[in-house]
Amino acid sequence: MLKQIEGSRAVAETVALCRPEVVCAYPISPQTHIVEAVGELVKSGALQPCEYINVESEFAAMSVAIGGSAAGARAYTATASQGLLFMVEAIYNASGLGLPIVMTVANRAIGAPINIWNDHSDALSQRDSGWIQLFAETNQEAADLHIQAFRLAEALSLPVMVCMDGFILTHAYEQVDLPTQAQVDAFLPRYEPRQVLDPLDPVTIGAMVGPEAFTEVRYLAHYRQEEALELIPDIAADFAASFGRDSGGLIRPYRLEDAETVVIALGSVLGTIKDVIDEMRAGGVKIGALGIVSYRPFPAEAIRQAMRHAKRWVVVEKALAVGMGGVVSTDVRMALDPALHQVGTAAIAGLGGRAITKDSLHRLFDLVVDGTAEPLHFLDLNLPVVKHELERMGNMRRSGPIAENLLKHLGTVAARIA
Amino acid sequence: MVYTPVKFYQTGTHTIGNRLLPAEARTVQSEPDRANALSCGHRACQGCGEALGARYAVDAAMRAAGRDLIAANATGCLEVFSTPYPETSWQIPWIHSLFGNAPAVATGIAAAMKAKGRSTRVIAQGGDGGTTDIGFGCLSGMFERNDDVLYMCYDNEAYMNTGVQRSSATPPAARTATTPAIGKAPGNAFGQGKDVPRIALAHEIPYVATATVANLRDLEAKVTRAMSLHGARYIHVLVPCPLGWGTASHETIKIARLAMETGLFPVFEGGHGEVTAVLKIRAKRPVEEYLQPQKRFAHLFRDETGRAAIAHLQAIADRNIARYGLIDPAAEV
Amino acid sequence: MFEVRIHGRGGQGVVTAAELLSIAGFREGRHAQAFPSFGSERTGAPVMAFCRIDDKPIRVREPVMTPDALIIQDPTLLHQVNLFQGLKPDGYVLINSAHGIAALGIDGLGHRQERLLTVPASELALKHVGRPLPNAALLGGFSAFAGLVHLNSIKAAIAEKFSGAVAAANIAAAEAAHDWVIAELKEAA
Repeated sequence: MLKQIEGSRAVAETVALCRPEVVCAYPISPQTHIVEAVGELVKSGALQPCEYINVESEFAAMSVAIGGSAAGARAYTATASQGLLFMVEAIYNASGLGLPIVMTVANRAIGAPINIWNDHSDALSQRDSGWIQLFAETNQEAADLHIQAFRLAEALSLPVMVCMDGFILTHAYEQVDLPTQAQVDAFLPRYEPRQVLDPLDPVTIGAMVGPEAFTEVRYLAHYRQEEALELIPDIAADFAASFGRDSGGLIRPYRLEDAETVVIALGSVLGTIKDVIDEMRAGGVKIGALGIVSYRPFPAEAIRQAMRHAKRWVVVEKALAVGMGGVVSTDVRMALDPALHQVGTAAIAGLGGRAITKDSLHRLFDLVVDGTAEPLHFLDLNLPVVKHELERMGNMRRSGPIAENLLKHLGTVAARIA
Repeated sequence: MVYTPVKFYQTGTHTIGNRLLPAEARTVQSEPDRANALSCGHRACQGCGEALGARYAVDAAMRAAGRDLIAANATGCLEVFSTPYPETSWQIPWIHSLFGNAPAVATGIAAAMKAKGRSTRVIAQGGDGGTTDIGFGCLSGMFERNDDVLYMCYDNEAYMNTGVQRSSATPPAARTATTPAIGKAPGNAFGQGKDVPRIALAHEIPYVATATVANLRDLEAKVTRAMSLHGARYIHVLVPCPLGWGTASHETIKIARLAMETGLFPVFEGGHGEVTAVLKIRAKRPVEEYLQPQKRFAHLFRDETGRAAIAHLQAIADRNIARYGLIDPAAEV
Repeated sequence: MFEVRIHGRGGQGVVTAAELLSIAGFREGRHAQAFPSFGSERTGAPVMAFCRIDDKPIRVREPVMTPDALIIQDPTLLHQVNLFQGLKPDGYVLINSAHGIAALGIDGLGHRQERLLTVPASELALKHVGRPLPNAALLGGFSAFAGLVHLNSIKAAIAEKFSGAVAAANIAAAEAAHDWVIAELKEAA
């Protein structure tokens, strides 16, 4: 049913349709509306049988999900940013044990400095954890990906993180087609665990594994993620057949057929990018976009194929690998055929929620098309402010906290629109 | 016919294994069909108090639960010595997740059982490190929500598995690897041992008890009583560690008994914020008798600083005796 | 595409205003997008919310940089924040105030005078809702002013998001503001 609805609410209602049995919630902006809405659905009786646990930390949240999942229940939680980091030990534990937990990550920057707005540093910091990571472009896709995520997780016995941009998607009202219970039930079978704590058939889960077998256990985790490269498109195709719309999959090409320049990105910024692509195409520029939906497993082959005719590319990155540069662009570079000598740029954009405007993207893409973009580009960097702070630090030892100094230099923030 | 009376000296004693008793007076361990949940072949040290306590506790829980039981275990000695890959000693469904999350994992298992309409019971186990320190937040959360979990803490008063480092359960003055017996204030120079049983009582949960491996009948009875209740329950068991405490491996039970009889480890039972029963001290011992056999306290017997530390420990013992009423005035020797 | 930017302070229902407007657009069978831009999340701090309405799916996610309309819920922002940044030459400006445009000191902007209007939304809200929460009234006034959405769609949106007496009161406030603007526009003509 078509509804004009807040993204968080759409996700909550869709998750409820997936019949989770254990939901644990610890609040953190900007995920709060999701867990609040799920809590309402449990309390009102709309989502039953389901145990909703108000946990005392994100570490507890993932741990409760681990216990619930190991005992055979479909388990769900949601977090962002600092909360994701607080549960990292449990994140690795969940994937290492092979538990099919599904978690929404409402992407938000990681402090210090403390920042509640959107970027991808939280999810990307966990790219090696063994979790499958799917990125939603719209709220429709965010809702749809949760349904696919439970099926994917349970098929592979691997946990799945569905990433949606905090505030930009979670707090946006837009049109979402919410499925019926019958549709979801038909698509998502009951959870049949591969391993379960069952008094009638006892097993030990979580043994210590030494050098003699650890590598093999990790290899199998990698192997299963590689299996996901096949399964994700299959599930997306089945979803399209059952629900009548395209959602998920590994990558999403846009006007790529004869594109000489390709813009690559994850998440909601793809919408803005597509508008700019259309405008540039109208001006005769052969430019296209490539959305990456499945970031882990990384669809290297699919990307290589999609980009085989491109001369240049730019990744609009919402994260920064400090001391290195781009995050996604590094993976993209690795996927491309070196013999093609395609020239790439990592454009660091939108950190800490800085708006990525069409104007800025136009300017960036012009540089890329021209061939004058540097390999590492910081979109809309306020260089004078940076220079001022560097000078200050050069002049005195006790120059004070950097963040506070920059804010003081910038003056009132409320006067700005973007 | 002349009947010669025959005296069976074995009847009527409270030895753990005594089966020449009425059925209701026998221990779980004396039954040949006990669950033996922690079966032999594990890698615990000779004389390990934790192995003893855990075996008794889990078998009692299994009997009470009709063998319908799942266990979550924190990282620590018990977890490590019971599951050396590729073997396991556990005959029950058992999960080890992390060091600090056993209470939360158990909460998740209990939630799953409730959602599925099953009556399977859940226990969580951890050492003092996993309970009083790194798992404390999760423990308090589990208590506050009154989740249906029995949490067993096996307290050997330090992080034994990693080489005897101080935990918040380490008693004053004890030597550990991170509170060495050197300098002006040798041993654990600060703190008094975090009193988690009293903190548990403050959460108003239905059942809180302490026990030691010197009185295994008492331990079994407490586990059984805890399993007859629902909601968050906590049992704190003192389990001497011969290696970490520097005691003889055949004296584990004796040392535990001395901890109780000096008053340093009060053995009580309670719930909903109140202490309802205590195990009385039959014959009070001065703390020196308890401290002397332990190498971790050897430095207290050298000089004036040590004597002050012993006096401090005696004061703690005396305070416990007064606070819990551990000695009957009439019975005092 | 028609882009609206709503300015106000935390606690005045700015975000809800954008959401209601988007629901109104949806009810008319159009695509609509509404989202907030928070500063620090506290009552009294300046906040903005955005609403886009279009006949085709809306893909862009940037804040509204070149609004076709501004709704200003709190006139005390007028000389503190650059509210008019990016406003299109023919853009509508609807300000919550019992004073006229000239009294607010913004008639010298060089903007088309007939596209600037004030409506006493807080007063109407106080009268109908019992609290000076101007968002519903402003939307009612806006429906008359810009003609982007119909008053009935605004009323339906309010009824969807609120219930009972609260919905009825806000609908009454919206209607009152709508009628007030109609009368103003007639007089000005």
